[in-house]
Amino acid sequence: MELLFAAPALPLDEAGKYVAGAYVVFVVLLVVYVAIMAAKLQRIERELGEVAEIAERNKESKAAPGREAEEAAPRV
Amino acid sequence: MYGKGLRPLSIATVSMVAISLSLVFFYAPLDADQGFVQKIFYLHVPLAIVALVGFVVGGVFAVLHLRSNDRRWDAYSYVSIHISVIFGVAVLITGAIWAKASWGHWWVWDEPTLVSFLIVFLLYATYYPFRYAIEDRDRQARYASVFAVTAGAFVPLNFMAVRMAESLVHPRTFATANGGLPGEMMFTFLCSLAAMALLWTTLVKFELTAKSASGQVKRLRRALDAPVSGGSSRIAPEVS
Repeated sequence: MELLFAAPALPLDEAGKYVAGAYVVFVVLLVVYVAIMAAKLQRIERELGEVAEIAERNKESKAAPGREAEEAAPRV
Repeated sequence: MYGKGLRPLSIATVSMVAISLSLVFFYAPLDADQGFVQKIFYLHVPLAIVALVGFVVGGVFAVLHLRSNDRRWDAYSYVSIHISVIFGVAVLITGAIWAKASWGHWWVWDEPTLVSFLIVFLLYATYYPFRYAIEDRDRQARYASVFAVTAGAFVPLNFMAVRMAESLVHPRTFATANGGLPGEMMFTFLCSLAAMALLWTTLVKFELTAKSASGQVKRLRRALDAPVSGGSSRIAPEVS
């Protein structure tokens, strides 16, 4: 905190807009990259959901013949 | 596997970026010559150094791929170059802003430092269409590795050539005499450099983790005999 209190005030002259511009460009690039990565992760999540559905359907279809035979068998 | 340690690395990166920004604006003294515009230096120069080192690192990974034929190294090489190209875009834009503020021009064509970085950037910009042009994945990985090694070797050679050239206007910040950085500025610069290096490492790890997850979903689909959905990239190597 001492560091911040000892800091000089930011001069708001002509140079300020260029410095702000450079740092804003950097932040915007980072945000764009993160947004693209977020879209990619959303796609992976959606694909994972689809794969889980397929796996569940496969499991059900494998279990189904056994269940049918069980139901067809005469009850004592 | 690739996501291991990503959270502490991300926290370290955010902390280091916050510290370096605080140092830039509240600790580092104003430059007697350039004034407040010199604050761009703490962003522009570390970005340039990390981007160039990243290109060389991509070349080293490519050598490992060619030696071992392990596709993992090709993925590392691709991602290193990919993140370095993004950093390169930031270097060119922040450099142009600095040039406009300092020299009154967005770009100076007879300045070796600027033009040489542009050449390196354009060289690596051709990496994507080069990869994309090759259908067969093994050949694609092998040719891309050869490209990465050649271009990676060009980067330090180019840097040395520029250092030896007579500069017209671009400042030589790390001159050993008459113009070296004072202590506070050097400390701030080193913190900014560490922050950018951490950011590069985090983004590389993040990208590899995403690629690994995507690759594993595709493997799962193949194992289940399910059709692989669209949207998969032919350029990016698959990581599993």
